[in-house]
Amino acid sequence: MSSLRKVSCRTIRDTVEKLFLSASTDLGKDVFGALKKAASAEKSGLGRFALDRIVENARVARKEGLPICQDTGMAVLFLEVGQNVVVTGGNLRDAVQEGVRRAYRKGRLRKSICDPISRANTGDNTPAVIHTEIVPGSRIRIAAMPKGGGSENMSSVTMLLPAAGVEGIRKLIVDKVREAGPNPCPPTIVGVGIGGTMEQAAILAKKALLRPLGEKNCRDRRLAKLEIETLREINRLGIGPQGYGGRTTSLAVHVEMMPCHIASLPVAVNIQCHAARHKEAVI
Amino acid sequence: MSKIKSIKTPLDDRVCRGLRAGDRVLLSGEVFTGRDVAHRRLYEAILRCEKLPIPIRGETLFYAAPTPAGPGRVIGSMGPTTSSRMDPYTPKLLEMGLKGMIGKGRRSAEVIGAIRKHGAVYFGAIGGAAALMAQCVRRVEVAAYGDLGPEAVLRLAVEDLPLVVINDMNGGDLYEKALKRFSKKKQFFN
Repeated sequence: MSSLRKVSCRTIRDTVEKLFLSASTDLGKDVFGALKKAASAEKSGLGRFALDRIVENARVARKEGLPICQDTGMAVLFLEVGQNVVVTGGNLRDAVQEGVRRAYRKGRLRKSICDPISRANTGDNTPAVIHTEIVPGSRIRIAAMPKGGGSENMSSVTMLLPAAGVEGIRKLIVDKVREAGPNPCPPTIVGVGIGGTMEQAAILAKKALLRPLGEKNCRDRRLAKLEIETLREINRLGIGPQGYGGRTTSLAVHVEMMPCHIASLPVAVNIQCHAARHKEAVI
Repeated sequence: MSKIKSIKTPLDDRVCRGLRAGDRVLLSGEVFTGRDVAHRRLYEAILRCEKLPIPIRGETLFYAAPTPAGPGRVIGSMGPTTSSRMDPYTPKLLEMGLKGMIGKGRRSAEVIGAIRKHGAVYFGAIGGAAALMAQCVRRVEVAAYGDLGPEAVLRLAVEDLPLVVINDMNGGDLYEKALKRFSKKKQFFN
């Protein structure tokens, strides 16, 4: 029996703050590399123009410490809390929300959260969306993801008929990207969650976006194949960077899966714009 | 690709007539920002025949809400938001003489029709290139609806803002053209 490990709310709050500050200004090397590669391969003149600007923007944002995109998103967090951790000095949820509040104030990030009906701004970009999982061990893993509204609006969960099979899933993914067209700021990353229940599929799809770009699903070869094939199909749609035409409509498709009910086939497609911002830390 | 055109606001019929879907332009002059709630307020004010807090005739609206400016800067990061959310309000604004719109993403058939009917132009700005785009902004002031915070209407002075014409007044549509030119037919798969 391992002993309990104390982690203070202050550490959690400060870690969350740091992660959002860094995610908003410093695009991951994986995404930056993929954008640069796409810019040199793109055949469309306007598509290349868009990609060149996007690459240059990431450089400027990092150098000047400016937000990559003015839409600094809704704060989404995935917490994996080891069961041997004791949180001290307050409660975990408040510590996370305070970290988000501080990051958006200190980093001069845009406050984009409002009441859904009155549309009145909450003023500090909270509440954040927090997904918490209790896991074995005595550490806390925090993944912070500022998620923009434009690409989120193009996302959905579909309850397919089981008879649709893998062909139906493939068609759904490509159709969703086609329908989204230029709106979610292509080149996009497509997160797909298959199985579970309606909400579990959506969470899987969002989690799939945290995977480093270019890594295939290594647990299931069927999914790795689906990722490669749908990406190829998506990049033949012609939408291109910003919808200006070209071969670079998506940089990757990431699929995650879990078993579902014998009656169901839930499939969530979560679209992420090229400003794919996320950072992780382990406490 | 055609050469890059430098244009100035306020846009007039002659300039709009000369622009074609797919043209790259560098836009300079004054533009107003405005997004969701600002559009709803303008629209409701028009329906009530109230005086509007900003002029519409001949003006250009940029669907954007920047991040707050840091010390020594005029603006934070700024880029376009998805234009389609403004579609329900836009035909009315075009009828009142709005000439230019800057945003990203597809417009409704009603907006595209009104662009042709009233002689206007819809430009695309690159979404998510906001740190770079902010360098084109020379001056910022709150023009209306300051209570909306990030969504307030700002008067911006911009210089050489890089844009692409998406919908022109002749019915040209870059998104349609792009698909025709770059999509590959299903039968060529695998």
